[in-house]
Amino acid sequence: MMPHALTRTLDRSATIFLLVVAAVGVLVPLSNLLLPEGSLFQVPTYLMALFGKYVCYALLALSIDLIWGYCGILSLGHGAFFALGGYAMGMYLMRQIGSRGVYGNPILPDFMVFLNYSKLPWYWHGFDMFWFAALMVLLVPGLLAFGFGWLAFRSRVTGVYLSIITQAMTYALLLAFFRNDFGFGGNNGLTDFKDIVGFNVQADGTRAALFALSCVALILGFLVCRAVVTSKLGKVLIAVRDAESRARFLGYRVESYKLFVFTLSACMAGVAGALYVPQVGIINPGEFAPANSIEAVIWVAVGGRGTLIGAALGAVVVNYAKTLFTSGVLAPYWLFMLGALFILVTLLLPKGIVGTFNAWWEPWKAKRIAIANATASAAAEDGVSKPKMAE
Amino acid sequence: MLLTAVCVVPALAGAFEDAISKFANDDFSDTDEAVGAVAASGNPQAFAIISALKDGRLMADPDSKKVYVTEPDGKITDAFTGVAVDKLPDGAEAVRLNNRLRRTVEAALGGLTLLSPDPAKRVEAAQSVFKTHDAAMLPVVDGALAKETDKAAKLAFTEARAAILLFKEDATDAEKIEAIATIKLRGDQEALALLTGLAGAEQSMAVARAAANATKAIQSRQTLWSVAQNAWYGLSLGSVLLLAAIGLAITFGVMGVINMAHGEMVMIGAYVTFGVQEIIRNSYPALFDYSLLIAVPLAFIIAGGIGVLIERTIIRFLYGRPLETLLATWGLSLVLQQAVRTMFGPTNREVGNPSWMSGAFELGQITITYNRLWILCFTMAVFVILLAMLRHTSLGLEMRAVTQNRRMAASMGIATSRVDALTFGLGSGIAGIAGVALSQIDNVSPNLGQSYIIDSFMVVVFGGVGNLWGTLVGALALGIANKFLEPVAGAVLGKIAILVLIILFIQKRPRGLFALKGRAIEA
Repeated sequence: MMPHALTRTLDRSATIFLLVVAAVGVLVPLSNLLLPEGSLFQVPTYLMALFGKYVCYALLALSIDLIWGYCGILSLGHGAFFALGGYAMGMYLMRQIGSRGVYGNPILPDFMVFLNYSKLPWYWHGFDMFWFAALMVLLVPGLLAFGFGWLAFRSRVTGVYLSIITQAMTYALLLAFFRNDFGFGGNNGLTDFKDIVGFNVQADGTRAALFALSCVALILGFLVCRAVVTSKLGKVLIAVRDAESRARFLGYRVESYKLFVFTLSACMAGVAGALYVPQVGIINPGEFAPANSIEAVIWVAVGGRGTLIGAALGAVVVNYAKTLFTSGVLAPYWLFMLGALFILVTLLLPKGIVGTFNAWWEPWKAKRIAIANATASAAAEDGVSKPKMAE
Repeated sequence: MLLTAVCVVPALAGAFEDAISKFANDDFSDTDEAVGAVAASGNPQAFAIISALKDGRLMADPDSKKVYVTEPDGKITDAFTGVAVDKLPDGAEAVRLNNRLRRTVEAALGGLTLLSPDPAKRVEAAQSVFKTHDAAMLPVVDGALAKETDKAAKLAFTEARAAILLFKEDATDAEKIEAIATIKLRGDQEALALLTGLAGAEQSMAVARAAANATKAIQSRQTLWSVAQNAWYGLSLGSVLLLAAIGLAITFGVMGVINMAHGEMVMIGAYVTFGVQEIIRNSYPALFDYSLLIAVPLAFIIAGGIGVLIERTIIRFLYGRPLETLLATWGLSLVLQQAVRTMFGPTNREVGNPSWMSGAFELGQITITYNRLWILCFTMAVFVILLAMLRHTSLGLEMRAVTQNRRMAASMGIATSRVDALTFGLGSGIAGIAGVALSQIDNVSPNLGQSYIIDSFMVVVFGGVGNLWGTLVGALALGIANKFLEPVAGAVLGKIAILVLIILFIQKRPRGLFALKGRAIEA
């Protein structure tokens, strides 16, 4: 059973994708640490941090693709789960600063001293322990998604209505986190991190490790998604995407399937956010902005929804383009580019890069196999036995 | 009645002269007495003398005990006779003041304006006496009251008198209780402050009880007024929301398309207003008051035209894929925003209020600004016109048919794609004229649309689609709820509460307040 499930999860393109991510996850940190600075093949630290950001975005895109591409749920508020995971990690990092802050308070983070807090708010307790913070990275987005999804899916809020209320959710959180008395640092957010599990977050070694960890998280996230979408559960999800009422009439509890996949996706987004924060060095309420969530959706659309690999690829490609365009003379045109990307991809490339590639590649492959089969059967007629193709 | 008219004691000329000569003593307490005497004299010169004293223009010669008023333009007059003098005596110096004296001077001036020929000035002076309730002003107030003929001024004097009596130590309880009744009738924040100020002083039981009752009565009346005020603010916000959302409701209702670029249509309308005003300012300044009348049809045509263009070039290729439409229109909104930013710059552009839209008036204790009132009227007019259009025109009939059952409508020979284009144009055009109205109360910047888009969605989702009444009720309900939550929870928390409430509400009614009923099932 097990090998069968494994081959089902890992078809050829999935294996190639995993190998590429693993290679990047190993080679980039190694080249950064081992090669001398200025060497042609050495990846500078700033570039590694940038790539690390892309990898986190790729994981976020993967989580969106899981629900949008396979279950038809277009969430315009996935940035909220990403940011909540980020805040959970940020709180841990704030507590690690200890008495090295500007005000030197061993318990209270700087912004609390500044805002005259007398003691730590109750929801900050426990965040001095890494395991607790790591748990919260999964639990907080997961619980929010569970509660939200339970309410929404049970009463059959679908389509654009769901998109709009997810957007309202992230907007409400944006407003809340901007408040100083909410206890999360207001509009400045959380920053000035020093240590993560005892290592300096600024050190090259830590950054390399974080990069490698992000790649590991992407690999694991990809495996989980593949396992879900290739299982029987995944078939039901696709049925829900394509004909929700019919799936319901066939006796499937549509809301349970949706709820499961929505919660899983939120947890993945939370992990992505948690890995993002130490690499970027700051988390602020801007991450909750509805525009961010919509931008993340376009990564998936560019790469190809319902392909998983495409989502990750789209996140990297779009963000690389963004880095390229927003830093140069073309900066004023970036929003034109991004806007045009939204329009052109939905109009001309509805399957995205990977989907379109597959649409070209699959018939060609099928033809090749058919020819191979034809020659094989012709050979068999000649009396020469040949092993049949596995696929 | 206690309000016996007490005439101003006719001041003897000698007393007035004595008083004036006291200014020359260069002694603060003498100056104090002099101010009081001059103010009480009722002499026509009194105002000029005391205001000169306030500004340091009152000169006194200690040797001759004569006092002179110097005007800012250098003219010098004798304070007592009012005769012009060529030059000041050598020893003359400005009469000095200290802080205590300055207060006396202010109060005396206030009392003197009580006799001003302008009724508005008299009311103003009476109000300031009401606040200070200086017992020394009582004779002046009484005198003014006796002579008063103007209704508003009479009321103000009565109230001022009541305030003085209330704090006068030798006033009888009956006088005080009557004063409290007068102040209670006034019933505003200042009356309340006065009555609560009384609580500190020592009073007889009856007076204290009357004051407490009056305080309670005023407070409950003020609660009522604040409810009315909140309701007005809520209506005003609701009308803005309705204006922003109504176009969205139409496009969403007919095509099932959430147009994320809707906010940008609003922004374009605002920039059209800016453009119109700019041309008028430079070329035809006399027409400025008509700028909005010109901008409204122009904004409708421009935004509507852009809407039709968008529908023909982008949206019609995406029918049946609402989520993709949402993404494409979001991209469009980015492009439009950036285009406007490139053309007009990222900063706020100034759009002026025409004269008939600026200013405010008071209704009881609430202040109503003309621009908010006009926007409310305008919104209602747009709503009614739109409703009539949907009911009584053939386009309206076709739009309703397509909303209810697209395929059936197509089978009956309605050109659905033409209806789609016109509907999108109409929705965008209405967004454009919403922009004209919003330019009057909001900053005209490329981000204008963004700040309304989420609120507009909430209205549409809350109200339900396919029915304009749903949008109306949704917008007004959200506006009013928002403004009533604001004083309790604060602006931001109130907004968050509204968002959470809508999310919860959607659970109960996934298709909004006024959903179209039908047996069709999607997907």
